[in-house]
Amino acid sequence: MIRLILALFALMMPLKAMAAVDIQVVTSPGGITAWLVEERSIPFVAMDIRFNGGANEDAPEKRGATYLMMGLLEEGAGERNNQEYAEAAEALATVIEFDANSDTVSVSLQFLTENRDASVNLLRDALLDPTFDPVAVERVREQVLAGLAADARDPEEIAGKTLAGLAFPGHPYGTPIEGSPETVAALSIDDLRQAHARALTRDRVVVGVTGDISAEELGPLLDHLLGDLPTFDGVPVGRADYRLGGGITVVDFPSPQSVVLFGHEGIAFDDPDYFPAALLNQVLGGGGFASRLMTEVREKRGLTYGIGTYLASNDLAEQFLGQFSSSNDKTAEAIALVREEWARMAAEGMTEAELDTAKTYMTGAYPLRFDGNSRIASILAGMQTLGLSPDYIATRNDRVDAVTLDDIKRVAARLLRSDDLHFVVVGQPNDLESGSF
Amino acid sequence: MRNVLKAACLALTIPAMSPAVADDSVTTFTLDNGLEAIVIEDRRAPVVVHMLWYDVGAADEPLGKSGIAHFLEHLLFKGTDDMEAGEFSRTVEAQGGTDNAFTSQDYTGYFQRVASDRLGLMMKMEADRMRDIILTEDEVATERQVILEERAQRTDSSPNALFGEMRTAAQYLNHPYGIPIIGWRHEMEGLTREDALAFYRTYYAPNNATLIVAGDVTPEEVRALAEEHYGPLEPTIDLPERTRPSEPPQISARHLEMADERVSNPYVLRTYLAPERDAGDQAEAAALTILAEVLGGSSATSLMGRVLEQEESVALYTSAFYDGVQLDDTTFGLLVMPTPGRSLEEAEADIDRMIDSILENGIDAAQLDRIKTQVRAAEIYGRDSLQGRARTYGVAVTSGLTVQDVADWPRALEAVTEDDILAAARRLFDPARSVTGYLSKPAPATSEADQ
Repeated sequence: MIRLILALFALMMPLKAMAAVDIQVVTSPGGITAWLVEERSIPFVAMDIRFNGGANEDAPEKRGATYLMMGLLEEGAGERNNQEYAEAAEALATVIEFDANSDTVSVSLQFLTENRDASVNLLRDALLDPTFDPVAVERVREQVLAGLAADARDPEEIAGKTLAGLAFPGHPYGTPIEGSPETVAALSIDDLRQAHARALTRDRVVVGVTGDISAEELGPLLDHLLGDLPTFDGVPVGRADYRLGGGITVVDFPSPQSVVLFGHEGIAFDDPDYFPAALLNQVLGGGGFASRLMTEVREKRGLTYGIGTYLASNDLAEQFLGQFSSSNDKTAEAIALVREEWARMAAEGMTEAELDTAKTYMTGAYPLRFDGNSRIASILAGMQTLGLSPDYIATRNDRVDAVTLDDIKRVAARLLRSDDLHFVVVGQPNDLESGSF
Repeated sequence: MRNVLKAACLALTIPAMSPAVADDSVTTFTLDNGLEAIVIEDRRAPVVVHMLWYDVGAADEPLGKSGIAHFLEHLLFKGTDDMEAGEFSRTVEAQGGTDNAFTSQDYTGYFQRVASDRLGLMMKMEADRMRDIILTEDEVATERQVILEERAQRTDSSPNALFGEMRTAAQYLNHPYGIPIIGWRHEMEGLTREDALAFYRTYYAPNNATLIVAGDVTPEEVRALAEEHYGPLEPTIDLPERTRPSEPPQISARHLEMADERVSNPYVLRTYLAPERDAGDQAEAAALTILAEVLGGSSATSLMGRVLEQEESVALYTSAFYDGVQLDDTTFGLLVMPTPGRSLEEAEADIDRMIDSILENGIDAAQLDRIKTQVRAAEIYGRDSLQGRARTYGVAVTSGLTVQDVADWPRALEAVTEDDILAAARRLFDPARSVTGYLSKPAPATSEADQ
């Protein structure tokens, strides 16, 4: 009987009130906006800076330019060569990281309060005045090419690249942001300078800041750091049409297991049905050990170490994706199970109990995300790239709770189409061949 | 830009230096049944991390039963006398929390991250499964398939991981660290319900565990909840002493080569057996920690990165690594991934050249200063991650260290001098005590005309 009591105890306990996340919207004298959460208990600041546009804006024959450019920002800037730049960062214990994605390029900065001005100056040099020293360009190019060679022998990378190419032919989403060995080899320093001028622009920047700094201190800092960047004068890339039908694509790869990546079209974050879709994903394959797919494929049959699904809602296209690995002799059975579960959810939706559990998880997990300066800074930047307002945090859980079983049933029928699922299988699976269902 | 090689070096991930903080937010207590507890207060968010660490890992397994510690970790998510199979994780999830577990050579740990007012519920469930799991033959058989799939995914599908198993087996001739945590496949296939339960009954007990709670709690609250939930549990009276066979003196260098068609960027990896951090005696480990930074910490400023990657362009990637937090002797490692066209023999010669260079030329004082600055900053940055702090203590106390040793560690690093580093390097880098592995692509097939 203790089990039942435990469960009731769990359900009846109201969740503790959400921690106040007090967001200040700071606009600098020069007109740059940042979201700030002041947190004075630890003497450091975390900043997350993202520029919309990203690697999508590479021309097809220059694919990889944005990625290589971002990798070179720390390789010498202003008066410093690459070694001097790294030494300066180490001497300040300042952590600067550059990253490129399809929709954005991003910069994260972490500095001790006592080294604020020097840290900002150091990053400013990299953003405004990177050297693109020919020796560094060749060295980093070799590293990118080595990374591409590794990806070409990595079943997960092969699966991702194959599915993207089939889903979005002719669009940047259809090719890796790192480029191909041919395009990377052909990139010139001039290409990198153009990518730099295009990707890092002051009118497409969003900033999240958390830590030991006030709004008054942050304003002038923003102008100094970002105010002299150019504005964007290009043409934004258009939406990506999803062009893949249901079926199986097998890519031969010598391994005892097959890596399986699968999916079909998804749903936009700003779609009114997004939250029902998120709950559907949670119950189907988004959760931890308790999702339907984990239960059927792992817990009941031991066909995989793990299986998960997610809503990949990007700026220019949406997919509903999932992934697992399974021994070659079990892959076909696992794929059949995924299709069955997909169809069952589309036809029947879920139970009231499943919906309640998924809601409790999603609403309960949300406040737990706001833990740590770096995590909060990243959330603040992410919310802005999605076009959300600061009060979203206070209303988000209400939107989850408002979803009804009817909503679930309607959206399941709209979103989940087992015949449209396409499975990319990288390995040597038994009894599976490429083709339609 | 080092992350481009992340995929190639996944199995070689090096833990960052993250010394714990010596501050008054950390307190300890012990229950009458022997359960040790560490509380780390951090009131910034209404979140708590609850962890239970057992002083048992893969290196404590019976001979021939490799993988049983990790298999048991999986089976702890099945039922107990009070909970159905899977109910633990479902309950955590219904609270908006996350949970998981991990097994190493020296410890097995379970954790949940939940809203802080759910701490009592987590303790109730974690205490329940410390002594009262119930396993059916069917559950064990299915879960054995899961761990075999896990091995297939993480090890058999990765030449880096397979190579790592072979190197580690060559490094440890006699100590069980030479056996992989997940187990050898042929032994995993034979693991039984009885094997799991025997291991469980011996080692899963309050006098063999440490409770760690980090977050929005007071030590008094934690103590009251721990007394209520963990207090009634019976200790294991005849808990075996934790001694493992030790390594014989190594008097000949070991060399191994592996070729795999999935390899894209060949590399050389050299390891030496090295002393670990010992309670009350961390000076040698501190010197080795700084030595790893000096030799191969940063691509732009470490000796290997600067010379081999930047100045000479002979390496795509270099690294030196040392993790001193282990119960028994650990290893110090050096890796060089040469640029295309260079051989692994040349890459190995580059490693030797770098070792000779540091022994002959010493260490740049400015570089040492910068590393010390980063050590100090790591104390401040490290306070940002609740889970990271809890883990630092958990790994330490299950590896024979005390809370005081964790508090002393930043000062031990701070005290390291150039002479300390060079003396430690001279003791370490004995050619007869090296283990060197080459991972490469198979040679191109001979054409028919040649046959």
